[in-house]
Amino acid sequence: MNKKILSVFLTVVACAVGVTAQAETFRYSTSGDILGLDPYTNNEGPTNTMKSNLYEGLIHRSYDLSLHPALATDWEQVDELTWRFNLRKGVKFHNGNDFTADDVLVSFDRIREPASNMTFVVASIDKINKIDDHTIEIVTKFPDPTLLLNLPNFWIMDKEWLDANDAYAIQEGATVSTFANLNVNGTGPFMLEEWVPDTRTVLVPNPNWWGEPKHNLTKAIFQPIGNNATRVAALLSGEIDLMYPVPLQDIPRLESTPGVTALQGPELRTIFLGFDQHRDELMDMPGSGKNPFKDARVRKAFYQAIDIDAIKRVVMRGASTPTGLMIAPGINGFQEDMNTRFPHDPAAARKLLADAGYADGFPVTFDCPNDRYVNDEAICLAVVPMLERIGIKVKLNAQTKSLHFEKIGRKQDWNTSFYMLGWTPGSYDAHNPLQQLMTLDGEGQGTWNSGRYTNPRVEELTDMIAGETDVDKRNSMIREAFQIHKEEVGHIPLHQQALAWGIGDRVKEVKQRPQNDVDLRYVIMK
Amino acid sequence: MLAYIVRRLLQSIIVMVAVGFIAFSLFNFVGDPINNMVGQEATEAERERARQALGLDDPFPIQFARFAWNALHGDFGISFRLSIPVEEAIGDRLPATLELVFVAAVLALAVGVPLGVYTGLHRDGAVSRILLTASLVGISLPTFLIGIILILIFSVWLGWLPSFGRGATVNLWGWQSNLVSWEGFKSIILPSVTLCLFQLTLLMRLVRAEMLEVLRTDYVKFARARGLTNRAVNFSHALKNTLVPVITITGLQIGSLIAFAIITETVFQWPGMGLLFLQAIQFVDIPVMAAYLCLVAFIFVVINLIVDLLYYVIDPRLRLEGTGHAH
Repeated sequence: MNKKILSVFLTVVACAVGVTAQAETFRYSTSGDILGLDPYTNNEGPTNTMKSNLYEGLIHRSYDLSLHPALATDWEQVDELTWRFNLRKGVKFHNGNDFTADDVLVSFDRIREPASNMTFVVASIDKINKIDDHTIEIVTKFPDPTLLLNLPNFWIMDKEWLDANDAYAIQEGATVSTFANLNVNGTGPFMLEEWVPDTRTVLVPNPNWWGEPKHNLTKAIFQPIGNNATRVAALLSGEIDLMYPVPLQDIPRLESTPGVTALQGPELRTIFLGFDQHRDELMDMPGSGKNPFKDARVRKAFYQAIDIDAIKRVVMRGASTPTGLMIAPGINGFQEDMNTRFPHDPAAARKLLADAGYADGFPVTFDCPNDRYVNDEAICLAVVPMLERIGIKVKLNAQTKSLHFEKIGRKQDWNTSFYMLGWTPGSYDAHNPLQQLMTLDGEGQGTWNSGRYTNPRVEELTDMIAGETDVDKRNSMIREAFQIHKEEVGHIPLHQQALAWGIGDRVKEVKQRPQNDVDLRYVIMK
Repeated sequence: MLAYIVRRLLQSIIVMVAVGFIAFSLFNFVGDPINNMVGQEATEAERERARQALGLDDPFPIQFARFAWNALHGDFGISFRLSIPVEEAIGDRLPATLELVFVAAVLALAVGVPLGVYTGLHRDGAVSRILLTASLVGISLPTFLIGIILILIFSVWLGWLPSFGRGATVNLWGWQSNLVSWEGFKSIILPSVTLCLFQLTLLMRLVRAEMLEVLRTDYVKFARARGLTNRAVNFSHALKNTLVPVITITGLQIGSLIAFAIITETVFQWPGMGLLFLQAIQFVDIPVMAAYLCLVAFIFVVINLIVDLLYYVIDPRLRLEGTGHAH
């Protein structure tokens, strides 16, 4: 309600009065604050982005997702399991300490501590050997084709700093307040000046950074603003230079306002629907002894009942890319030619249901978050009548993300029959969704496979993909697994939502990363 | 008198325990904080570890007993979201909320009471009618809408006042204040006006109604008959006798100012306790929610106590009764 009214008002008068800020001070905002500064806790998007301004890995992932040398200058594969990295010489941490191989070793030990949330980044690494102060060898447990893809998020900490401040221990959950979570000593291009939770995080450039800065900032101030309308107003009044996400209904207005622009682009996250294919009896049909979702025809009927173009046009106001795959373009293993959908066809859907013996439909509860993805609840509300057209009696259960993820998660034994979820592969590789969403078998697999989809061949392929280093062979395995998953309608992929940033006219250039975050390395002010 | 205060404070402990208990039983319905904390890639073993470390696996009575025991020792735990002690998190935010509520309450009293007196005395005047009609707006528009409209006018169109945050605060012996510099004060204007509007109009209407009531009484007529000046009649005799209900309402309203501050603070990203509480709900930050609810319960108890004590100051009859009992 408040957003709509603001929109109306702002449409009437499209005029921004600028408040002049200090030159080269970049102020930006998003909806929530960072969760902490310890590089090995709180694996959360915006928090990780902030840390990547302050800390560096051996490798840097650029705004276009390409990999570049950072703390390692170059690397070579010695044998199937061993990689040798030459470390950059003359690099200093923010406190002036030298960066050496010992820092990598202690960081490797610390990131594998039980309380770490970033262990997955180094999960394939068996050990790291120090050859000399500026050479290390990484030995993997098995041939790992995605080793380099994972290294950008393995941030390196300073051994002496950890020792001097007794900061090695990682907070367990949030039972203690630790030094490393409130203070920063990285090698990154920016240094922390101040973090006032929920108010501001102030960064200044690191004058001793080893690289040639592309940005021209003298200061960067991150200020979270939770309320969408206020965040838009702060951009229009010139109090901030960049903010995201822009609510979809405000995009046309920002575009028509002088002094601000809206920058849109695709995001890496794929939104999809899943079904319970495990229980012998659907939870909404007690006593029937039947679970319709075990029949692939029923799943396909749901798929073909959904008019994704209508969702794009009406709910997403054009700001989405419908998808036929569980991964987005830009993710390693994406197959352009396979990115097609089953056509929207309610008649065919009804026939599929009838063939499966459910001509009169059946009842089902649809679990949906209402504060996690762009217009998540609105998408679900649009899906409900589409399914009712083919005779399904849908009961929508839209709730806040903490409740939604608890319900469809392992804690409640995947207590859902039909649900919405979104996924960005943490490793930027196709193996990650195969492992987390599309398989069940094995340690650490299928954590978010809430419908327990499983197929023996896909399970087998997933295990092979993990260790296959031949790119062509690996791609053909990925294709095969995706093909099976699609034919069986393991899930219904919906779309990738679009990113929407609002940018003020003091900003000359900014790179929009598909992870929906701002890398200060690439911000140039007028 | 002292015994009375002590008894009331002891009662407040019971209230707070009850609030803590009810709050804790509700926390079972707010969801699982673990997913917000560890990220999507965490394995089930990692999740389980974190859950155990936080004691979330324990049954509700044990969780509550642990909370109550620690709280008695002044330890409210560590915020799940901010990873700092809850006392520290609330301590950082308390000044922001108290200053906001203080400015809003002063505004409401300083504007609301005189307007109430005026409209009471000139009840058929054109100005009174305009004020009364305008006050309907203040009483019926929701807080977030008023906030957004003010932001639109004063931040976006005119560019005079900041739209969010506390801006430049001054550190007074550890208390971050908006009230001692103009730059800081600019930031508090919009949120405090937004917050006070409902109270202001409520006070105005209350004072007006009471004034109309009192002006009809015999002693006011008698005072006029004695030839006292209008000023003396209106303010010393009439207004003073309207104050008991006004003080009750003001006291209770200060409590709800703190509660309503949640919405105002959210609209203006004002880093006070209300914003902290709302974010705690979204994140399922149980320690912060528990401590906040207990603190608010305590504040209400204290305000009610102060209100009761103020009756003694204002109403001489209560003082007589009090001494009468003492004999």
